[in-house]
Amino acid sequence: MDTEHDKQQYEADARPVLEAPDIARVLTRIAHEIVERAKGADDVVLLGIPTRGVFLARRLADKLEEITARKIPVGSLDITMYRDDLRMHPPRALARTEIPGDGIDGRLVVLVDDVLFSGRTIRAALDALNDIGRPRAVQLAVLVDRGHRELPIRADYVGKNLPTSLRETVKVQLAEEDGRDTVLLGAKRTSPDAQQ
Amino acid sequence: MQRHLISAADLTRDDAVLILDTAEEMARVADRPIKKLPTLRGRTVVNLFFEDSTRTRISFEAAEKRLSADVINFTAKGSSVSKGESLKDTAQTLEAMGVDAVVIRHGASGAPYRLATSGWIDAAVINAGDGTHQHPTQALLDAFTMRRRLVGRDAGIGHDLSGKRITIVGDILHSRVARSNVDLLHTLGAEVTLVAPPTLVPVGVESWPCEISYDLDSTLSKSDAVMMLRVQRERMNAAFFPTEREYSRRYGLDGDRMAKMPEHAIVMHPGPMVRGMEITAEVADSDRCTVVEQVANGVSIRMAVLYLLLGGNEPAVTHTRTEEK
Amino acid sequence: MSKILIRGAKVLGGEPQDVLIDGAVIEAVGTGLPDEGAEVVEADGKVLLPGLVDLHTHLREPGREDSETVLTGTRAAASGGYTAVFAMANTFPVADTAGVVEQVYRLGQEHGYCDVQPIGAVTVGLEGKKLAELGAMHESAAGVTVFSDDGKCVDDAVIMRRALEYVKAFGGVVAQHAQEPRLTEGAQMNEGVVSAELGLGGWPAVAEESIIARDVLLAEHVGSRVHICHLSTAGSVEIVRWAKSRGIDVTAEVTPHHLLLTDELVRSYNPVFKVNPPLRTERDVTALREALADGTIDIVATDHAPHPHEDKDCEWAAAAMGMVGLETALSVVQQTMVETGLLDWAGVADRMSFKPARIGRAAGHGRPVSAGEPANLTLVDTAYRGAVDPAGFASRSRNTPYEGRELPGRVTHTWLRGKATLVDGKLA
Repeated sequence: MDTEHDKQQYEADARPVLEAPDIARVLTRIAHEIVERAKGADDVVLLGIPTRGVFLARRLADKLEEITARKIPVGSLDITMYRDDLRMHPPRALARTEIPGDGIDGRLVVLVDDVLFSGRTIRAALDALNDIGRPRAVQLAVLVDRGHRELPIRADYVGKNLPTSLRETVKVQLAEEDGRDTVLLGAKRTSPDAQQ
Repeated sequence: MQRHLISAADLTRDDAVLILDTAEEMARVADRPIKKLPTLRGRTVVNLFFEDSTRTRISFEAAEKRLSADVINFTAKGSSVSKGESLKDTAQTLEAMGVDAVVIRHGASGAPYRLATSGWIDAAVINAGDGTHQHPTQALLDAFTMRRRLVGRDAGIGHDLSGKRITIVGDILHSRVARSNVDLLHTLGAEVTLVAPPTLVPVGVESWPCEISYDLDSTLSKSDAVMMLRVQRERMNAAFFPTEREYSRRYGLDGDRMAKMPEHAIVMHPGPMVRGMEITAEVADSDRCTVVEQVANGVSIRMAVLYLLLGGNEPAVTHTRTEEK
Repeated sequence: MSKILIRGAKVLGGEPQDVLIDGAVIEAVGTGLPDEGAEVVEADGKVLLPGLVDLHTHLREPGREDSETVLTGTRAAASGGYTAVFAMANTFPVADTAGVVEQVYRLGQEHGYCDVQPIGAVTVGLEGKKLAELGAMHESAAGVTVFSDDGKCVDDAVIMRRALEYVKAFGGVVAQHAQEPRLTEGAQMNEGVVSAELGLGGWPAVAEESIIARDVLLAEHVGSRVHICHLSTAGSVEIVRWAKSRGIDVTAEVTPHHLLLTDELVRSYNPVFKVNPPLRTERDVTALREALADGTIDIVATDHAPHPHEDKDCEWAAAAMGMVGLETALSVVQQTMVETGLLDWAGVADRMSFKPARIGRAAGHGRPVSAGEPANLTLVDTAYRGAVDPAGFASRSRNTPYEGRELPGRVTHTWLRGKATLVDGKLA
């Protein structure tokens, strides 16, 4: 999105595939799945991948707390310096990596991101985790899986499977960052950067 | 777009804040079990030191290694330079070995600028101190230290040093640290006062964006940070001041003077300190003195600069003055 | 003897006239002169000047033939419109004996591009301690009349006084390189706003001015004449103006580069701008131009200082000081003095030929363009505009600060005693 005008244009062209109530429902479901698969979520640590993965992780943590009545450690994991396309763009500003106080050693880390696409972000996240500690296991939760994997990676918890073509774009907007909750499916425009 | 860091004066306010913010994230790496990032894997950086400076060299080396760069250290002593090889030949020899960046420390003012602009080499040039001209990463680490202490580690993110009052004391004439700090602190919105005997202030200083004072005592109460510069004893022999004792009495920082500073104010020193000359042991060892912190911050700042200049396909830092030919 | 008719030349910038050369002498100046039996050069409105005289040239031979020789230096001089140059004494060995000055003098005569008048060192080895054999150099075949330790200042007041007195016996003159040595230890550029920023050692104006002040007072005291080399500051101008108003027998020179360039250029850290005395400020440049126009400064002298490429292709502090100037001097003077209206071409002839010849007692040079005078002449295409390309220099060195800079005017012909040394911009 180069300008405010472009953004408005995109939003006008794009079609919402998830609205705020859908997103809330989906996150509640994922929270329940986590509790179920992690047998009570005793040792779960949620790590969101900036920017929107962090907000989703915090929302999931709140929901998990409602379900389990326990405080769930939540943090963020910036993968910028682990990206495999670092040399193809100008350096990006770094986002915060915030590991909860007790660390991740021996715990179940659930990585949280908004859209799962090529899988390269998650590969970078796994590398980053490697330098931080040794979790018991790592799982992945995403709001949308749009397919087109380029690496052998799959999500453990998926909000919505969204079959897309490579000419389409998926844009997640969250209230914390964008002022509203929605997932938009649009047509790819001239700039490849517009793609999530 | 420029790929070199030659002078603190080349940095815009946004560039400088980006470097400080990036350094804040780099600092967190130091707290991890594995203090290493893969960011500059496969890139080669040479530390080309024509002047002895173990501290600066080690700081750059630590930063380079934490970012996984391949590091070559070159010191002039005992090398082909002492056999009369020119800067140009030395640089070209190193570049032929496939160097992506040159971190250069040189006794001649302007040597890094010359290296970056004369068409001798293609590698990125980072100035690690040239003569009495500039030492931009020192100024950045000083600003980083000030922002952490005076604004706050997290509160500082995205912010500059607007309204902070910084006093720099000592041998301004021969100091690249003073020049770099005046440029950068001004860009970051701080108010800078230089304090020195008139003999150690350069002719032409009136064009600098700062105040000049010959009286240390009158500035202390109005300072959020006081930076003491090293004063070489040899200056005495060139009649810059009469005796060591008179210098430290008029311009040295001791406990009594430190007590005149506001409660929150810090004492800084780029090192190495000459205890008993510009600073007493009491001040140097106090909690308000950030010397050791500055060293740690130096690694974070140099990681940030290396990442922003070399991490991508083009630099993230914009420059104004050092235009390439 | 062969005859040459220069047709339609603006003599000293005046109305077009014909100038007929017969052998080594100007036979006639007038309109509609007959061309029979003469080779005709169509001047076509170009300006004809007396052959230029440079009181301050470094030819580097003997000792630094890698940067310049008497041959390459005099070819450069001919290209720039000069028919006589005074060669500075800071060679290896130093021109402090009759033997060395005679060698340089003879080389100039042999090559025949330009008369070379050696300058003798004031002190042995330029060391400022012991007077060189000034009388012997004067009596030698070279007939030295100008003495200078240029490159170094004769800073000892007693030695300077003695030198000023001693050369009176044979009408000599001491040309002082005014630079107080203690005030310029480690100096790299003009001391001021730019040096403060760049962190380069400052070269204060007062280091030049204090020596000039001392020396004009010494010259007054002992009743000698004194010449000031490459004056570079507004303050120096004031001192010389004051001295002249007092009747002190002082003359002064300014270089072309000090009439055009300022210390702002040093921001590039490109050593091609490193020179002694250093480039000064805009204010100084203005004062120097005005002083040259009003006669306070008597002459333009190039301080042509060739250096090999490697001595400039390095960091600033390691670089040699000096710039070549013979082949660009007239263009710079045209731009800074003529096109600004400060001097007309008669004024240029005065500052670049008549007066330097008179100060240096160069017989046969700096004479009027009139019948019976030696045919030392320079033809200038003043309408020409072009960028300076050092690749085309006749000098062995290329250290010009004007590379790529557009300058006006071009010397197309030079005649030394009727013999063409430069024809259509090409060396004969």
